[in-house]
Amino acid sequence: MTANEAAPSSRRPRERVAGALGVSLAGAGSPEPAAAPARGSRGRHAGPAASPPGAAAQRAAIAGRTRRGLNALRAYPLATAGAAIVVAMAAFCFLGPLVYHTDQAHVFLSQANLGPRSGHPLGTDGDGQDELGRLMNGGQVSIELAAIAGVLAALLGSLWGAVAGYFGGVADAVMMRIADAAIAIPAVVLLLLLMSIYQPSTAMLVVVIAGTSWLSTARLVRAEALTLRMREYVQAAVVMGGGGLRVILRHIAPNAVGTIVVNVTFQIANSILILATLSWLGLGVQFPSIDWGDMISSATETISDGYWWEILAPGVAITVVVLAFAMLGDGLRDAFSAAGHDGAQAAAADGVRLADELETR
Amino acid sequence: MTAYLARRVLQAVAVVLLVTLIVFGLLRLAPGGAAAGVLGSGSAHQEFLAQYLTWLGHVLGGNLGRSARLNEGVGALLAASLPRTLVLTGVSTLLALLIAVPVGLLQAVRRNSAVDHLLRGLTYLFYGMPPFVLGSVLILYFAIDKHFFGAEGPQAPGIAGVITDPRDLTLPVLTLALVTIAIFARYMRSSALDSLGQEYVEAARARGGGERRVVINHVLRNSLVPVVTLLGLSFPQIVGGALVVEILFNIQGMGWQIWQAAVNHDFPVTLGFTLVIGVAAAVGSLLADVGYALLDPRVRGARS
Repeated sequence: MTANEAAPSSRRPRERVAGALGVSLAGAGSPEPAAAPARGSRGRHAGPAASPPGAAAQRAAIAGRTRRGLNALRAYPLATAGAAIVVAMAAFCFLGPLVYHTDQAHVFLSQANLGPRSGHPLGTDGDGQDELGRLMNGGQVSIELAAIAGVLAALLGSLWGAVAGYFGGVADAVMMRIADAAIAIPAVVLLLLLMSIYQPSTAMLVVVIAGTSWLSTARLVRAEALTLRMREYVQAAVVMGGGGLRVILRHIAPNAVGTIVVNVTFQIANSILILATLSWLGLGVQFPSIDWGDMISSATETISDGYWWEILAPGVAITVVVLAFAMLGDGLRDAFSAAGHDGAQAAAADGVRLADELETR
Repeated sequence: MTAYLARRVLQAVAVVLLVTLIVFGLLRLAPGGAAAGVLGSGSAHQEFLAQYLTWLGHVLGGNLGRSARLNEGVGALLAASLPRTLVLTGVSTLLALLIAVPVGLLQAVRRNSAVDHLLRGLTYLFYGMPPFVLGSVLILYFAIDKHFFGAEGPQAPGIAGVITDPRDLTLPVLTLALVTIAIFARYMRSSALDSLGQEYVEAARARGGGERRVVINHVLRNSLVPVVTLLGLSFPQIVGGALVVEILFNIQGMGWQIWQAAVNHDFPVTLGFTLVIGVAAAVGSLLADVGYALLDPRVRGARS
C-alpha cells in the first residue's frame, strides 16, 4: 500500500487510485464539473493539483482541458441543454427587468385579467399587473431561494451521510434510523407543520426546505462513503494517524464530489417544486414578495373564470426550470459514471441510476 | 428468514418511535404552550420527557387528542377523511401501476428508440410539473372549457359516495396518477433494463425462446419484484401528491385536513395526522421489505 495522498506531486499513483474509483473528476476543487468528465481523463482524489513545470505546459494543459470540456459538452447533450436552459431562465429573470420595464408597485384594476395582447404579451393578472414582468420578478425569488436551499440541503446531507458511512456501526445505525424516520413523514406535511409553527420568514423558509430535503443526499453519500472507506488510500490516511474529521473532509468528501454535485442539481429542482408548493398553499414566500407558486395560487382562486394565461405562464416557468435542473443532473450523472455508449455499460449506468433514485437499505 | 424479519420489525419499531419523538418535539416547539394544551393544564410545568411519555401513553391508548378549533376529536376527523384519501390514492396508484409497468417495459425493450425517447420526455415532463399546475391545466381544459368532468372532487361522504361519482373523481385521479406514473415508469424502465442484461435472459434466448416469451416470462416477472419495494418507498411521495390534489379539488381528505389545521394553527390535528401518516409510511416500508424477501428467494436465503 502506497501513501498516495502524501505525495501529491507524483501523478501516476494518484491516477491509478482514481482510475480504480470509477469516478472521474478533472480536479477535486474544479468549479466546473460539467466540463470535467471527458471520457479519456481520469480523476484524482484529494490534494492540491500538481503544479506543471512551466508556462508552456500550463497553456497546453489549459488547451487540453478546454478541448476535453468541449468534447464533454458534445458527448453529454442532455447536461449541456439543461445548463443552457438554466442559464437562459436565470438571465430572463435577473436581466429581463433591465430591458422590459413594468410597474410592479401599483394596482390597475381597470386592466385586470386581460388576455395576452400587444403591450402585455402574457396578459395581466388579477391586480392588472403585467404577467411577463411578474414572471421575471417571481422567478428571481424562486430561483434564488431554491438555489440556496438546494445547496444547503446537499451540504447538510453530504456531511451527515459521510459521517454515518465512514464511522459505521452504532453511529451509522442511529443516524440512518433518524433519516428513515424523517423520510417517513412526507416533506410537504412536515413543511406545513413547520411553517405553521414558525412565522414564515424568508430565512426560515430556506432553512426549513433544506431541513426536510437533505435526507436523500445523506443516503447517497453514505453509500459512497461505505465503499470509499475501504479504499487503500483512505486506509493509509488512517494508518498514518489521520483523524476521522480529516479523513472525511480530505478524502471521503472530495471523492464523493461526483455524487454530491449531481445531487445538488436535483436538490435545487426539488427545492423549486417545494417552494412553489408551499407558496401555493399560502405558507411560502410572504406578501409583498412573490414567487411562481404565489402567482399560481392567486390564479387558481379565479380558475373558474378561465384565465388560463395566469396559470400557464408561471406553470410553464416552474416546469421548464425543474426539468432543466433534472436534465443537468441526469447528464452530469452520465458524465461522472463515465459509462461508455455501448449497451451493457449504459444499462449498468441505468442500474446505478435506479439505486440513486430509490435507495434501498 | 425469521432472524431477518425480527431485525426488520425491530428497525421499524425504532423508526416509529423516532417519528413520534420528532412529532412531539415539534409540538413542544410550537408557540403558546401547545404541548401543554394538548395534554391538559396539569402538564404545563413538566419536563419534556415526562410530557412525551404522557402523550405517548395517550396515543398508544388510541387517543389522538381533540381539535383546538373544531368540536371534534382527531380520531373522528381521521375517520371522516380517511376514506376519501384511500379511494383517491388507491385508484390512482393502481392506475399508475397498470400504465407504468407496460410503459417502462416497452421503453426498456425498445431502448433508445423514438418511442423510448418520447415516453422518457413525457415522464420527465410529469416529473417536473407540480401537481397543482397539472391539475389546474386539466381543470381549465376538461372542466371549464369542455365541461367533460367536474372541477371539484366528489363531495358525498364515505367510500361509496366517492366511488359512485366518477365524473368528479376523474380529474383528481388523473392528476395524481400522471404524477405517479412519471415516478413508476422511470423506475420500471431501469428495473427492466437491469433484467435484460442478466444471464438468465441470455440463457432463455439461447434455448430458443421467442422474444415475446423471453420478455414476458423472464424480464417482466423479474422486474416486477422491485415494484414491491417501489410501492413501499414512494408512499410518502404519493401521500404528498394526494395532499396537493385534495386541496386543489376541494376533496376533504387527510391532506386537506392537515392543510386546514396548519393554516389555522390547529396543532393537535396537524400532529395527529402527521403521526398517522408517518407510522403508515414506516409500516409500508416494512411490508415492502418483507414482501420483497418473500418474493425473492435470494434475499430469503441470504439472510435466513
